[in-house]
Amino acid sequence: MNIMDVKQLSANDFGSDQEVRWCPGCGDYAILKVVKTVLADIGRSPDEVVFVAGIGCAARFPYYLSTYGFHTIHGRAAAVATGVKLANPDLDVWVVGGDGDFMSIGGNHTLHALRRNVDLNLLLFNNAIYGLTKGQYSPTSPVGTRSPSTPGGSVEQPVNAASFALGAGAKFVARGADTLQTHLPGVLKRAHDYRGASFVEILQNCIVYHDGAFGAINDRSESQNVTVRLEHGQPMLFGKENDKALVFNEQKGTFEVAELSQLDSETNVAVHDETNIDRAFALAQMEQPGHPVPLGVLYAEPCPDFVEARGFTGTRSAWDRDALKALL
Amino acid sequence: MAETAVASGAADTARKTPLVVRFAGDSGDGIQLAGLEFAKSTAEAKSDFMTFPDYPAEIRAPAGTLFGVSAYQIQFDSDEVLTPGDEADVLVAFNPAALKTNLQNLKAGGVLVVDETHFDNRGLKKAKLETNPLEDGSLDGYQLITADVVKRTIEALAPLELGRKQATRAKNFWVLGLVYWLFGRPVEPTEAWLKSKFRKTPEVAEANTMALKAGHAYAETIELSAVRDYAEPRVAKGKNRSRIISGTQAMAYGIAAISALGKRDVVYCSYPITPASILLHALARFEAGIRTFQAEDEIAAVSAALGASYAGSLGITASSGPGLSLKTEAMGLGVSVELPLIVIDVQRGGPSTGMPTKPEQSDLSMAVYGRHGEAPVPVLAPATPDECFWIMLEAARAAIDAMTPVIVLSDAYLANAASDWELPDIDAIPDIDWPEHEPNGADFEPFARDPETLARPWVAPGTPGHAHRIGGIEKSSGSGHISYDPDNHEEMTRLRAEKIDRLAARWPEVTIEDGPEDGDLLVIGWGSTYGSIAQAVRELNAEGKRIAHVHLRHLNPLPRGLPELLDRFPHAVTVELNTGQLCSMLRSAYLKPVECISQVNGQPFQVSKLRDEFTRRLEALAT
Repeated sequence: MNIMDVKQLSANDFGSDQEVRWCPGCGDYAILKVVKTVLADIGRSPDEVVFVAGIGCAARFPYYLSTYGFHTIHGRAAAVATGVKLANPDLDVWVVGGDGDFMSIGGNHTLHALRRNVDLNLLLFNNAIYGLTKGQYSPTSPVGTRSPSTPGGSVEQPVNAASFALGAGAKFVARGADTLQTHLPGVLKRAHDYRGASFVEILQNCIVYHDGAFGAINDRSESQNVTVRLEHGQPMLFGKENDKALVFNEQKGTFEVAELSQLDSETNVAVHDETNIDRAFALAQMEQPGHPVPLGVLYAEPCPDFVEARGFTGTRSAWDRDALKALL
Repeated sequence: MAETAVASGAADTARKTPLVVRFAGDSGDGIQLAGLEFAKSTAEAKSDFMTFPDYPAEIRAPAGTLFGVSAYQIQFDSDEVLTPGDEADVLVAFNPAALKTNLQNLKAGGVLVVDETHFDNRGLKKAKLETNPLEDGSLDGYQLITADVVKRTIEALAPLELGRKQATRAKNFWVLGLVYWLFGRPVEPTEAWLKSKFRKTPEVAEANTMALKAGHAYAETIELSAVRDYAEPRVAKGKNRSRIISGTQAMAYGIAAISALGKRDVVYCSYPITPASILLHALARFEAGIRTFQAEDEIAAVSAALGASYAGSLGITASSGPGLSLKTEAMGLGVSVELPLIVIDVQRGGPSTGMPTKPEQSDLSMAVYGRHGEAPVPVLAPATPDECFWIMLEAARAAIDAMTPVIVLSDAYLANAASDWELPDIDAIPDIDWPEHEPNGADFEPFARDPETLARPWVAPGTPGHAHRIGGIEKSSGSGHISYDPDNHEEMTRLRAEKIDRLAARWPEVTIEDGPEDGDLLVIGWGSTYGSIAQAVRELNAEGKRIAHVHLRHLNPLPRGLPELLDRFPHAVTVELNTGQLCSMLRSAYLKPVECISQVNGQPFQVSKLRDEFTRRLEALAT
């Protein structure tokens, strides 16, 4: 704790003096703005916050904040961040990476950070393309993505990041979108407040190599029609007029879309239960077209955080010379 | 064949010379355990000693097969013992396969203790033996002691009413009892150990104790008088009751010392790999001071260790060759961001999976050169199990003083070999100083350098007023901001190299271990070959040969004084368990025609081989 805690922090307190070098119009600008606001809202001094990133456009993120930051190597940010937490569990540690970082070269580390439940906030900036290497298809690119490395269109099934995280045993899985500036802060705040590994997929538009990859989802005027905003304990309604509903088909174990006016009763509308892992998997499977894309907290279940479970606190050694002599 | 036999082959010549005992059997026979207990008994007897476990990679290879044979060798004496010995005075063989593969390690006229249980058609066939060596005269040159060990163990344990299989498990202790008698060792310390080790299963302790005593009594009954001289004690001068330490355990204590003397928890991250995993096991047993982390892979292990160092702890990771390959990118990041990190490589036979349990020194080039870009790091190598303790402290100081990853090269031999260990004087070891920073970061520059060491400041997250960003992109000297400026990159590259080179000034000058200050032949070793080289050179010095031994603990940067030493000897030769990696480095560094005595058979050097090699070279010089 230091002097900075005394005054109310503002988003500007979290900006660095470095010139931001993302392409004009990149979704990362919007995310950066939200993160700064959320950090100010959380209120911890920038000296106690660490951003760890891998390699890629998204991974330049730490340079643009006034917190401590470590721009590491491709894919390994979650592993480095785990080490940071092991050494000093008191730090507020965030991990930023793109779909290449988190889902491809670093997929293994994402898996294990999640299943261990290391107290990290993992932000996946998913733009479904390799941007920094000039536009190759990525593990989250839809089938048929034409790119320099797939001129005839990609044939691989994309990885569904939220399903992957749930399958890995993540206890906090959420989703947001870059341009939804009123929605995303709440998601990030929830992620921060969760003690353990919180996984947030942020749908992010790459204006140069994959513009419009998420269709209307991150189009502020149309988004309501193609996404459903999840609120724990609230009925799952969507559409500009809140006139569409999700109904859970118990037999199939999937959500179905219905016109609210066509339902016999509003009680048929599914109510979001963020502690229900089966429903979370069903939500994670919902994709456009056919279903609205769920945004918000898909799943949140308390679980002991890894470093705490190991019993590590502070940074000091419990040993001194006498302890060493006793050990020998 | 008689049930027991004491054949006296060669005449017994037992003087009070060093003795070598080798146990060999199936990896499931409890060979390593019997060997270790014998070593502990040797420590109790206050002898100086060195041990070497020689075991296969397979956990439980099919019983009786040639490839499933595990062995444990120990040499002990009243004088200083530097190696586990070339050839055994006593070989204990638990089955035909063990006899076949280990007989070559027994001295002519040596004592051969054989469990004859498995010398039937089936056992001989598994060992690919045409005839029974116990009957075909091939063992005439040895003092043969045979016993039907399984039968006798079962008989001895009859009062416990155990099943045949369970009783048979105690046969290693029956044999150990017999061997104890040979060497005049009491059974009581082992009995006490069994009681404490199996306090939760007292029936196991009892079975093994009964077997131990039965074997001991058996030896007494049959009066193995021909070899009774082995029981003469070999007490090392000035030796108190010492303890056994393996290189791995010494390294674990060294890491504990870093934590205690630095007053900061060490974060140890590793992924299971033979023969490095045992270090993780040793550290995980400590209840405080070390935060162990079994990572998901080698890359995660080194990355987490680097993350821990970034956060103000000292991160340490260990692996073997294949793992070191995987760690190189993250080590390059450590070089670029200039953070302390220790990477231990317990070398094994390579390339690829190679020979996972066998020692080799073939990762030296990778350690010194094996990263992309210009990425020099200090490379250290302990020479003995004892030095494994001290090298960790030296590595920690180098890592912190120069803000750099450091590689420590151990090997499968050093990790497993054990010797007696004199406890270090903890009060005499200086503290490890962690930097402290004033909470005033207005002018803070993460890549400003100490003018003497060229190290940058180590400021961990959480330090008030010093928040900054670091990364693998080239940084502007001083400010640490991203920089693609050509002159800056040139400057930073040279600074990073100069910083490592300057460590040599802080390290001790290299000195002659044994032999004259100038002479005919300079032998240069590094790492675990120390004992074999020292023994061979001392023997030749005693014969008046002008041969000297230097042993390098610092492989990058090379130590001060080495070029001057090379100037004082007309001929220099490295001794390496590789095809000449240090030799190439020295030729390149000093433009001297250094030669190499090389061995890559997965075994430590035998003293006799080195003696022959040195002698041949000395004779060639004389002509």
